[in-house]
Amino acid sequence: MSLYRTGLARARGLGSAKHGVGHFIAERVSSVALILLTIWLVWVALAVARGGYAEARSILASPVNAAIAVLLIVVGLYHAMIGMRVIVEDYIEKPLTKAALLMLNTFVGWAAAAIATVSILKIAFGAGA
Amino acid sequence: MADASPGLRERPLSPFTQVWRWHVTMAASILNRAAGVGLYAGWLIFAGWALALAGGPDAYGAYCSVLASIPGQIVLFGVAVCLFFHLAAGVRHLFWDSGRGFMPRTATVSAIASFVFAIVAAIVVFVIAHLGQGSAS
Repeated sequence: MSLYRTGLARARGLGSAKHGVGHFIAERVSSVALILLTIWLVWVALAVARGGYAEARSILASPVNAAIAVLLIVVGLYHAMIGMRVIVEDYIEKPLTKAALLMLNTFVGWAAAAIATVSILKIAFGAGA
Repeated sequence: MADASPGLRERPLSPFTQVWRWHVTMAASILNRAAGVGLYAGWLIFAGWALALAGGPDAYGAYCSVLASIPGQIVLFGVAVCLFFHLAAGVRHLFWDSGRGFMPRTATVSAIASFVFAIVAAIVVFVIAHLGQGSAS
């Protein structure tokens, strides 16, 4: 009888395909990185509130600060995209709406990361000239 | 689907909000998720800030004047509260992942501590930022 069972029927009830833990681990690893990056963010936010445009430009002129800023926005948005994916998967039931929102999440997240990264690099590379 | 797989059991339904007694750890849990959504907006504001900064003094001035307006400041304060709450709640989660902090009393205390930390840290950052602004200009 088991000869006639489909692949899906055989797989049912046996648990995951062992890939589901990837996002779980990525979320935790990025969260540890973001604890450190947040300390830098608070320092920059206070410095920029005090010094304005010139201070912000001079902070990002430093390669170390520019690198941290890129890491912050990329890791932060990566973490946010994983989290938003979970929220969409939890609350949105209609398959098409779910797929559209998951795609929107990916597009908006990577677009914002790319725009911020290029902006930070433009400031970092332009500062020396 | 006449015959179900032998391994497939009747799955329990998760309890929903109507049948839950309100407690602070539950509030911390859902507000941590809400804070995450708020921080998504925060990252977009940060990306916009970087774009404006790369665009030069005029673009930067225009962007900052929006952020400095009353609605802008309310949004920024909200993002700050989200940031510090999500940070504290994230540290709680990392402790839980190591198997610690699950005693009801510990979880309750750490939830309340997260709320207090979020509000206090956001207020401190805003006060320092505004004091600094006054002395610079």
